[in-house]
Amino acid sequence: MSRVRLYDSDAILSEEHNASPEKNANLVKGEEVKLKAKYPGLGQKPGGSDFLMKRLQKGQKYFDSGDYNMAKAKMKNKQLPVAGPDKNLVTGDHIPTPQDLPQRRSSLVTSKLAG
Amino acid sequence: VLGAGGGGNDVQWCFSQVKGAIDDDVAEADIISTVEFNHSGELLATGDKGGRVVIFQQELESKNQPQCRGEYNVYSTFQSHEPEFDYLKSLEIEEKINKIRWLPQKNAAQFLLSTNDKTIKLWKISERDKRPEGYNLKEEDGRYRDPTTVTTLRVPVFQPMDLMVEASPRRVFANAHTYHINSISVNSDCETYLSADDLRINLWNLEITDRSFNIVDIKPVNMEELTEVITAAEFHPNQCNTFVYSSSKGTIRLCDMRASALCDQHSKLFEEPEDPSNRSFFSEIISSISDVKFSHSGRYMMTRDYLSVKIWDLNMESRPVETYQVHEYLRSKLCSLYENDCIFDKFECCWNGNDSVVMTGSYNNFFRMFDRGYRQDVTLEASRESSKPRSVLKPRKVCTGGKRKKDEISVDSLDFNKKILHTAWHPQDNIIAVATTNNLYIFQDKL
Repeated sequence: MSRVRLYDSDAILSEEHNASPEKNANLVKGEEVKLKAKYPGLGQKPGGSDFLMKRLQKGQKYFDSGDYNMAKAKMKNKQLPVAGPDKNLVTGDHIPTPQDLPQRRSSLVTSKLAG
Repeated sequence: VLGAGGGGNDVQWCFSQVKGAIDDDVAEADIISTVEFNHSGELLATGDKGGRVVIFQQELESKNQPQCRGEYNVYSTFQSHEPEFDYLKSLEIEEKINKIRWLPQKNAAQFLLSTNDKTIKLWKISERDKRPEGYNLKEEDGRYRDPTTVTTLRVPVFQPMDLMVEASPRRVFANAHTYHINSISVNSDCETYLSADDLRINLWNLEITDRSFNIVDIKPVNMEELTEVITAAEFHPNQCNTFVYSSSKGTIRLCDMRASALCDQHSKLFEEPEDPSNRSFFSEIISSISDVKFSHSGRYMMTRDYLSVKIWDLNMESRPVETYQVHEYLRSKLCSLYENDCIFDKFECCWNGNDSVVMTGSYNNFFRMFDRGYRQDVTLEASRESSKPRSVLKPRKVCTGGKRKKDEISVDSLDFNKKILHTAWHPQDNIIAVATTNNLYIFQDKL
């Protein structure tokens, strides 16, 4: 197999390769300060348990038929709070309903790659 | 630089084909989630978020155009996985195909494994190009004739028919993973394969679907103590007892199945020590390994983390032998990349046929190649603009400093929605498949 020769019309060592480790660390620290300023409560365990647990629970949709029926009975006369933009979050006031869960449909249409 | 040094061949990458719709309005189902050449390179499979698999086959080189390599055309397409809902756990199971892995070809048919988050399936893709004709026992519509009306013995004859390619599920490997499957890897013994989820790795026999052996389990007794998850796993290309798995903390463990049935104790631990002064909130997240791939030789392995590609010599655990920066300029954007979740994007990487060049994707539909021998790298773009047949791809450059040169693009102009997560390199030739969000680009070297 022929050897691949790649080409870069500018200098082989571009600016990013020349960045010193100290400069990199400062850049990242700067980003960290920005993030903490926006979200002061952000985890004492960065990238730790909370973040991993969220990852492991991907796909979880909570629906409890008991809660749902109780809530329907109780709230017959009251206004149910409308589901917010993030329907996956279960809050204290909102009971998820089957209507709130996004409909899953299998893709019966052929892939456009085959078109 | 081009042509310098004499000897060797300079590769110029040319556009060959693009598959998929042109419109910008991308349906979720059309998002490509995996791309894989088979062992000969004749077949190229893609999987998407809608659970569908499309297989392309390379045309034989035509005598008219010996200069061109064959094009890839649709060979077979089928629905591999469907969405499911696990009512017991209130869990929605996506039909998205996470990985496809081909089995080495043993007979006329082709076999591949495809997996979503929970279930692995073995698919057989076979050709039918003849059918028996001349039955005198049945009517045209298939009904059996009255036997008393049959007076001659006629043996049906196979006649050629239009090629039909059929895909059928031969095995379904289900209910073995509590967490989400991220990897599958076929063993060089061609009898077994592994499947890995966030916390466990299972070993299967390709013939047996009701049993699998758990070979790695990193689930802590108390889930509150969970600190890392498995991100990728792969069998060694020729040592059937060896596999590796990578973690969200940037480590790779090599395990030997001869050592014990449960490989919780690694044989080797590959980890690059971190400079404590560099530690930040983002350190662990950007060190998470999104892909691990053995070289074809089996001597090296490559890992991809958020900002770099590292090559490890299996004989040296202390640090990688080579490190390539994919998009170092993103260091100054980590805050916003965390906010828009891009920091969690899982980029894959791949080797060329002789392990001399590695490739990985980036943002703005850019992808990067690193030549290990010549110590050169290039940034190319998969876009409709450079999609004229056989047009040579122009190298791209991201400007990090103040003055932007002509043809450079500034970091702030990069489109982070245009990610190239999946790329594949033909096992022998300089043909690459690059997946943008919903399009598949095929590039070849200029012959």
